[in-house]
Amino acid sequence: MAAEEKGLSEAERRLLSAMQDGFLPVPEPFKELADRLGLTEEEVLGELRRLKAAGVIRRLGAIIDSRKIGYTGTLCAMKVPPERIPEVAQVINSFPEITHNYVREHTYNVWFTILAPSAQEIDRIIGEIKEKTGIQDFLNLPARRIFKIRVNFDLEGER
Amino acid sequence: MTELEQRLITELGNNFPIASRPFAVIGERVGLTEEEVLARVKEFIARGIIRRLSVALRHQNVGFTANGMVVWRVAPERLEEVGKKLASFPEVTHCYERETAPDWPYNLYTMIHRPHREECLAIAARLSEAVGIKDYLVLFSTQELKRSNPQYFTERG
Repeated sequence: MAAEEKGLSEAERRLLSAMQDGFLPVPEPFKELADRLGLTEEEVLGELRRLKAAGVIRRLGAIIDSRKIGYTGTLCAMKVPPERIPEVAQVINSFPEITHNYVREHTYNVWFTILAPSAQEIDRIIGEIKEKTGIQDFLNLPARRIFKIRVNFDLEGER
Repeated sequence: MTELEQRLITELGNNFPIASRPFAVIGERVGLTEEEVLARVKEFIARGIIRRLSVALRHQNVGFTANGMVVWRVAPERLEEVGKKLASFPEVTHCYERETAPDWPYNLYTMIHRPHREECLAIAARLSEAVGIKDYLVLFSTQELKRSNPQYFTERG
């Protein structure tokens, strides 16, 4: 199992799996979770703090539906000469509205997402990126329809 | 949204305390009681603003190092059917229809995270067979340039 390859213990996988399924809006959510897992609340809190510090947990808390609070997003791609990737990435990443940015294997090789309060704001950011980098080979691919968003990883199941 | 709601969203989404009584801690920060915070959380969940209380994991750190974005070219009249079908596969974590561009005809996007790229390719082949669409690309990520948590209601926002 892949999780083992990365050194996650059986206990860590059980805890993360339960956390991915979600915790409840009750006064002592981690106590409730600990009871379900046969652990103490102190153990759960300690493990969660450690896994967050270690970077295994990227975020903990409320998962917000950005569209429901008026935010809008898009996926963009650019054709960037490989030697310019670090410099172009610096320009793109300087905008706090950029949430993901990956190099992918294609002539369109830099792919990033923008999340902003309005379409006008997105257009402004795209305009600035094009202007600052001088790169015009640019795709703006806003979503038309969402069929699925699932952030869980199967840490325990069969592969 | 009111200013109080915005502050609550920020505390709940970005600053959630790993503490015994997290909602009481948030209440202290924003000037509400624990009960009031919990009532607002339940209301946000009912309105769909909060999807759930959970964790987001760094997929590289839990062994899912291959990140394949599969882009599909689907006839417009088949989008609904194909989108639903691909979304039904447990290996697919995200499935979106997106706009196209003159030199970019792909209109359906599926994300696949697996431990190895061979598995991503095998899954993409199975998906392709299941929907009968051969016009697709698997774009693997080779470098993460940025991955940050969304920040709402900041100065700029």
